[in-house]
Amino acid sequence: MSYILQVLPSLLNGAIATLQVFCIVIILSIPLGAILAFLMQIRLKPLQWLLTLYVWVMRGTPLLLQLIFFYYVLPSVGIVFDRMPAAILAFTLNYAAYFAEIFRGGIEAIPKGQYEAAKVLKFSQLQTIRYIILPQVFKIVMPSVFNEIINLVKDSSLVYVLGVGDLLMASKIAANRDATLAPMFIAGAIYLILIGVVTVISKRAEKKFSYYR
Amino acid sequence: MLELKNISKQFGQKKIFDQFNLTVEDGKILSLVGPSGGGKTTLLRMLAGLETIDSGEIIYNGESVPIDHLENLNLLGFVFQDFQLFPHLSVLDNLILSPTKTMGMTKEEAKDKANDLLKRLGLAEHANVYPYSLSGGQKQRVALARAMMIDPQIIGYDEPTSALDPELRREVEQLILQNREAGMTQIVVTHDLQFAENISDHILKINPK
Repeated sequence: MSYILQVLPSLLNGAIATLQVFCIVIILSIPLGAILAFLMQIRLKPLQWLLTLYVWVMRGTPLLLQLIFFYYVLPSVGIVFDRMPAAILAFTLNYAAYFAEIFRGGIEAIPKGQYEAAKVLKFSQLQTIRYIILPQVFKIVMPSVFNEIINLVKDSSLVYVLGVGDLLMASKIAANRDATLAPMFIAGAIYLILIGVVTVISKRAEKKFSYYR
Repeated sequence: MLELKNISKQFGQKKIFDQFNLTVEDGKILSLVGPSGGGKTTLLRMLAGLETIDSGEIIYNGESVPIDHLENLNLLGFVFQDFQLFPHLSVLDNLILSPTKTMGMTKEEAKDKANDLLKRLGLAEHANVYPYSLSGGQKQRVALARAMMIDPQIIGYDEPTSALDPELRREVEQLILQNREAGMTQIVVTHDLQFAENISDHILKINPK
């Protein structure tokens, strides 16, 4: 018990880094994914190729590799990022691709008649998206989005390759120093708590949207 | 009075209308009947701006109106066959969203107007419920109220009885006749001849080309 208290501060410090990555990536990648999904609806061939390529590359290569690319490879063409911004950029672009596909599915699930109803009621295209389509899409995509959010909590541990001191990194350092696996299990418990919190939030959010069918 | 002159429309190689003419008198009920594929719904959709018109002229009250962006005019309010209410909005919000966002009406004005309409249509106690909890007939009346909120010149109904139980047909008949009393011009697309005969001032049969 005293050992737990001894290593806990450094683990919690790591957890703060994990939460930082998590929160910033969520705030950036969900809106970006939604915008990309709406851009996918525009029938403009070059734009569609570009978006298809983007989603293909982001989903088709390991996130670990993307992190390495942004931090270690881009400097060789003169684009230099700090560890944290590089990590956040890589995560955001990667998760936005997944969110874009989720939102695309949601957008395509809205019947064409809703757009026509909006048109005869004189809504502009932006108003139609803002007031009629997006609120309905949110409800449809909610479970899949939270699934990705839970993945992100755990995926954030990949930032170790860039030397960002996150929760898992802190636990590994303590484990190596003290020759015990206990810190890693404590880290595991902290991940479980974080994901427990996200799960509770997701249930509340789904309930909030259950006022209509 | 609405006049359609020499209207032509084709989908791909298939001619739907060729030099078609039609006059709709103010305050009257015109029914468009005929087999499916004849273009009766297409005609209504063209007037609502949901389908393009290839060529022809539309004259409303003696003035020629541009045919390529009819949705920007407030010519035809459209009551969809499957209603297309916005499921995430309450009945009242379904009604007031367009007037407040597209016509600059204040929320209070829009609510007053919506509540008057709902009362007239016997829906007063349903103002704050969501569409899923309404019956088919109630949904249709909400759809009608929503279309009327922005004061279109004409109300068009696409197959208003097809999604309803047969006993609700009489209810729709009364509703449309009641609107006629109020002076509204209405166009009804239906394949139900009996229904058309019960309500119409004029019946136009549209046959496939």
